[in-house]
Amino acid sequence: MKQYISKQNRALLSELVRTDFKLRYQGSVLGYAWSLLRPLFMFSILYVVFVIVLKTGGDIPHFPIYLLLGIVLWNFFSEMTNQSLGSIVGRGDLIRKIRIPRWMIVFSSSISAVISLGLNLVIVAIFLVFNKVDVTGIVFLLPLLLIEIYVLALGISLFLSAAYVKYRDISYIWEVIMQAGFYLTPILYSMTFITNVTVQKILLLNPMAQAIQDARLVTVTQDKNVVTVFRVFDGEWLYIAIPFILVLVMLILGVMYFKKEAKYFAENI
Amino acid sequence: MASDVAISVNGVSKTFKLPHEKYTSIKSAFIHFYNRRRGYEQQQVLQNVSLEIKKGEFFGIVGRNGSGKSTLLKLLAGIYTPNKGHIQINGKLTPFIELGVGFNPELSGRENVFLNGALLGFNRKEMEAMYDDIVEFAELERFMDQKLKNYSSGMQVRLAFSIAIRAQSDILLIDEVLAVGDVNFQKKCFDYFYKLKKNKQTVILVTHDMSAVRDFCDRAALIHDGKIKAIGEASKIAQEYSLLNLRHDSQVTPVSSRAWGTGELEIVECKPLYKDSKQKMYKPNENIHIDLTVNVREHIENAIIGITVKDLAGREIFVTNTKAISKTTGSFQPGSVLRIGFEFQNAFNDGTYTVTPAIANESITEFYSVIEEACTFEVSGWTFPTGIVQVLPKIQIQELKTQRRGK
Repeated sequence: MKQYISKQNRALLSELVRTDFKLRYQGSVLGYAWSLLRPLFMFSILYVVFVIVLKTGGDIPHFPIYLLLGIVLWNFFSEMTNQSLGSIVGRGDLIRKIRIPRWMIVFSSSISAVISLGLNLVIVAIFLVFNKVDVTGIVFLLPLLLIEIYVLALGISLFLSAAYVKYRDISYIWEVIMQAGFYLTPILYSMTFITNVTVQKILLLNPMAQAIQDARLVTVTQDKNVVTVFRVFDGEWLYIAIPFILVLVMLILGVMYFKKEAKYFAENI
Repeated sequence: MASDVAISVNGVSKTFKLPHEKYTSIKSAFIHFYNRRRGYEQQQVLQNVSLEIKKGEFFGIVGRNGSGKSTLLKLLAGIYTPNKGHIQINGKLTPFIELGVGFNPELSGRENVFLNGALLGFNRKEMEAMYDDIVEFAELERFMDQKLKNYSSGMQVRLAFSIAIRAQSDILLIDEVLAVGDVNFQKKCFDYFYKLKKNKQTVILVTHDMSAVRDFCDRAALIHDGKIKAIGEASKIAQEYSLLNLRHDSQVTPVSSRAWGTGELEIVECKPLYKDSKQKMYKPNENIHIDLTVNVREHIENAIIGITVKDLAGREIFVTNTKAISKTTGSFQPGSVLRIGFEFQNAFNDGTYTVTPAIANESITEFYSVIEEACTFEVSGWTFPTGIVQVLPKIQIQELKTQRRGK
């Protein structure tokens, strides 16, 4: 364990993350402000479409914030997996010439995603205050849910980044999966619009759906219309455990595949 | 592993799969699933390589292009994983193989210094401390806030080198640093190597430059076709390497692609004449003979005939021609064949040299025939083979003041 947090690794990680951030807003006038402005604008558009025009919120109180939190969490998942996917290939120059821990590259791109998530959550917090949302003590479960999403995204990132070295199709396939996932996950609409309980149950076995719904429940509102995996399965613990098991399985698979492939990155890129 | 051993390589083999067509998509991987075997060929880059490098040793790895020496270095660095055998490293290794790895053209020089430092394992605080020294050494004070893409390649190399020499580790791996940079920079490189050698640092240097091998390395290994062909004392290995080049490169008849000129006179052959045709090398006390055969196509008066002798690094060591020794060549008649012999004193150090013959008009404004590096010759046997030339000096020692013992 000690070798993973050695001085060298920490120094390298901090420089890689810095470089990522500097390069991302290279040549833009507003620079870092974009990491806050981008989600704000995206949210404004979605707000107009789904809250004012389509009214997909049903009877959920504070639906705009409910919507915002869902979008922020999904964006984090999508940003992290997409950035990590190309990270190993993108850093091919380093991998071919230098002996640095390979996982470090995926890890550093995941940290940049975590930083954007942090900034976005600040916006969420501001909206919570402005809308006078009654945040209860249960919100302390939110960090655990964030960790769950991070672990899921990390497992997938490790797998994707290693597979992308061999198969460049992965980026297109992942794009399609993410598009489908975006609509299969109750981000833009309330779960109550799905009247079939079996379908609700199946949709909530997806760890992202489970985590987003739980995050909304602990942060925004405990209204009965917020359908979560706990509520829909009501005591059937075997089913409730499925999303969490999936997260662990993804992590283990990701780590194992990455470890196996990492030895040959230098020659395969 | 014995405690005085820094690196031990044991029976290491490395094979690369070379796809005939690179299948980087799932579809093609699927299509070629059944006839996988035909999909690629195995290229054995290293075959059963074993060597041991002691602590404090300056070790050279030499070999022709594609011999596998860089692959060996990458295996030592842990970038590649061997297919067979194992490598044991005793101590901390710098991860650097080449200069300027990880440099980002979009970042400023300053930011690149910190990034590159982090790759060497230094954190920001440590880098801050040595930042001024690095910039001063690279002589780039005025440019540090500019983006790296606006640097000339020489500036980039200087910056990279200034950072790289900060590396503090037990074992240094260096690949062809000397291939780049001007004379000034090369001198800095050599100074650095001298310092490493003096400090008994363990260094592994991969290079083509035999004079560097002779000057710095204690021992060296010659790699040929993925196998260790010879291993031992550096100057012996350097000589072996030159011999290897000679056998492969010695062209008694010219290669037409490197021949040019207007063609009124044409050099058709250029070769060294050895006293002992079996030995194929010049000993220190033997004069060097270069023989040219020239076909005359047109009537030419007072042509100038000359040769240029270069070392393997391409440096011109010696240039001579008929004009230089005030020899007039008279007139040549079409259809005749000339034989021109050059004989000169062997002032060359041990090594391999190339000969470029040329024939020009009287004012050297027009070249009738030139063959770039038409042939090579080999010199071997000097007792102290360092430097470029051997001029056999006389050294006198005179005592100007006599000091009696015991006083």
